[in-house]
Amino acid sequence: MVRADFDRSLEELEAELIGLGEMVEKAIVKSMDALERRDLALAYEVVAEDDQIDEKRFELEEKCINLIATQQPLAVDLRTLLAVLHIAVELERMGDYAEGIGKICMIIGEDEPVETPQQLGQMARMGVAMLQRSLKSLMDRDTDLADEVWDSDDEVDALYDAVCHQIFLDMGQNPKTIEAATHFLWVAHDLERIADRATNIAERVIFVVTGRIGRYKPPGELN
Amino acid sequence: MAVIPQSEFQRRQARRKWMGRAFHGLCLLSVCIALGMLAVLLIYLLQQGVTGIDWSFLTSFPSRHSDKAGIKPAMLGSIYVVLVAGVVSFTLGVATALFLEEYATRSKFATLAKINIANLAGVPSIVYGILGLQIFVHSMHLGNSVLAGGFTLALLVLPIVIVAASEAVRAVPPSLREGSYALGATRWQVIWRMVIPQAFPGILTGVILAVSRAIGETAPLIAMGALTFVPFTPDSPLSRFTVLPIQIFNWTSRPQEGFRETAAAGIIVLLVILLVMNAGAVILRNRFQNKWE
Amino acid sequence: MQDQDFILQTRGLSVYYDTKKAVTDVDLDVVRNRITAIIGPSGCGKSTLLRCFNRMNDLIPSARVEGQVLFDGLDLYGHDVDPTEIRYEIGMVFQRPNPFPKTIYDNVAFGPRINGFQGNLAELVERSLVRAALWDEVKDRLNASALSLSGGQQQRLCIARALAVEPRVILMDEPCSALDPIATLAIEELMRELSEDYSIVIVTHNMQQAARVSHYTAFLMVEEARVGFLVEFGESRQIFTNPEDERTEAYITGRFG
Repeated sequence: MVRADFDRSLEELEAELIGLGEMVEKAIVKSMDALERRDLALAYEVVAEDDQIDEKRFELEEKCINLIATQQPLAVDLRTLLAVLHIAVELERMGDYAEGIGKICMIIGEDEPVETPQQLGQMARMGVAMLQRSLKSLMDRDTDLADEVWDSDDEVDALYDAVCHQIFLDMGQNPKTIEAATHFLWVAHDLERIADRATNIAERVIFVVTGRIGRYKPPGELN
Repeated sequence: MAVIPQSEFQRRQARRKWMGRAFHGLCLLSVCIALGMLAVLLIYLLQQGVTGIDWSFLTSFPSRHSDKAGIKPAMLGSIYVVLVAGVVSFTLGVATALFLEEYATRSKFATLAKINIANLAGVPSIVYGILGLQIFVHSMHLGNSVLAGGFTLALLVLPIVIVAASEAVRAVPPSLREGSYALGATRWQVIWRMVIPQAFPGILTGVILAVSRAIGETAPLIAMGALTFVPFTPDSPLSRFTVLPIQIFNWTSRPQEGFRETAAAGIIVLLVILLVMNAGAVILRNRFQNKWE
Repeated sequence: MQDQDFILQTRGLSVYYDTKKAVTDVDLDVVRNRITAIIGPSGCGKSTLLRCFNRMNDLIPSARVEGQVLFDGLDLYGHDVDPTEIRYEIGMVFQRPNPFPKTIYDNVAFGPRINGFQGNLAELVERSLVRAALWDEVKDRLNASALSLSGGQQQRLCIARALAVEPRVILMDEPCSALDPIATLAIEELMRELSEDYSIVIVTHNMQQAARVSHYTAFLMVEEARVGFLVEFGESRQIFTNPEDERTEAYITGRFG
């Protein structure tokens, strides 16, 4: 094969990106776990481990820049490298949100236990599923799977609206829980953003496969 | 590198060096022999003939007395005949070469022509003399004239000019031709403005070779009727003539002692003329070559 | 690609050498005052195609052309078209710089002279050298031999020479492949400048050069019978980021030949 070396590098790069995705996935799950169980030690771990996620992202960035400089990539190779670059950033930001949830857990601490709204857990599970799906769609170059990520985002948005609504009601009814409630609002926001970032990743996947840059359009609307 | 042991390698290398030096020596020896013989010839000539060269020698007519013999008619005859031969062979030769290399390349006719021209170079010169006698002297009614002699010699040296000119034209890089065509030149313009100027040094070399050959020819001129004893100088293209080689030959076959010196003097004059012509052509060629570089 | 201003168009262009077909059925449109690159693996007929535009294939006895080549609507291979006239309008620069063994001045003046130019020759020479970005470097030694210039300068001289006959199109057959990278970039810069006033068609085997320099790119490929054909043609930024044909993509990503 004419560019075996380059192909190998690209494969390794993608594998590492998926690895970064797995790290982020674990972080999100861990952080929600910590929040739901008020496990401060676990929360602390999540916060500490975010450094590794950041480092990994910069490592990936450097490798991408290197390959772009030395291999003069064109067409699909160029799009792939650019997508890896962007997706790494999205993943790192998702890791930051997980870290944020961990910090909130630490702030809430072992306070008067206010029940964690169950929609938050749902949102987290959906967000993780979207992340997994978007990364799989990259691995398989599957634009249909990427489209599905977008569909899920609507559900997450609906959940977000519902949980916010719920929290406002609770705040009104029980002023003593306002502080905790505010923290939960923030968690909801973070989880909604995580889902959003997953859709960004899906957009990049579509870019790699079709070369199309731009806001997502459902298949029916593309001309 | 351990394919052969060190000692074996050194032995072989020493032998190679020795062989190299021996070969070098052999070549040097060959050069010395060739130059040596030339030197001997020149020294003998100069010894014999240099005393005989004076103004009267150059301006007198031949005579039965060796001390009164002169070389004027032969000298002039040679110069005129070679001039005619040079001009004619140059014109015909260059035109032929251009035709073969530029216009007709690769046609069967061209291949046939090239083979035959190469063969012509090997034809004995006397044949040209007989040909010249038949065609120029008789059929064209030119008589045994300078013109007929010049034409005869032109035919003789034509293959030399054609071959040299062909080489020179062929050596013009195709990229120069392409570049000219790409600027909108017609075929004629390419030949006249690019090929000929580029090939000119090579063509001149051909002419030098041709002239050098022509000036020494004896047999064909005798065959077509050049004189051996000429008491007058050729005053028109149609007048009769003799040339230096014939005159020299005439002198060497005389029994008197004195004519040996005269002959040697004649040879020296011939060589000098040859050198001057060559030098002139070489200077001309160098001037053209330098123009392009 | 409709509604564009095309200066050169080919329709069903095929080229044969004796009975062997070298290029088959090419339909290509060259946009006026833009740079069009022709890329493809070795032996795909890029140079053959290029040389159809100024009828340089006429110089090869065994070459035969079928189809049409239109130059502003005129069929270049029509009955009463004189190839030498065409070459005043469509100039060519070759792969290895081929300055004539004459002075710099005489090189540039060669074309106008054989064309019977009557005006101010010195001014034309200067203008051409200026446009070829060579004037400043040679203005004090116009009578020096052209062979004393460096490779990059020689190529710019060849460009000046081509410009001197005031063509409308300049064909370039791998003009930088014999030059070092700096000289190459200088020529590319020059090409960009010239494309404002001239239409340029460049054959190149250097993909990055095609991507850098051209507005449009045509990709030729060769199939088993060693016949070249046009695979894809479009805007360069499209071809190099997201080509439509997978063969184009395979070629430009270096995954074949």
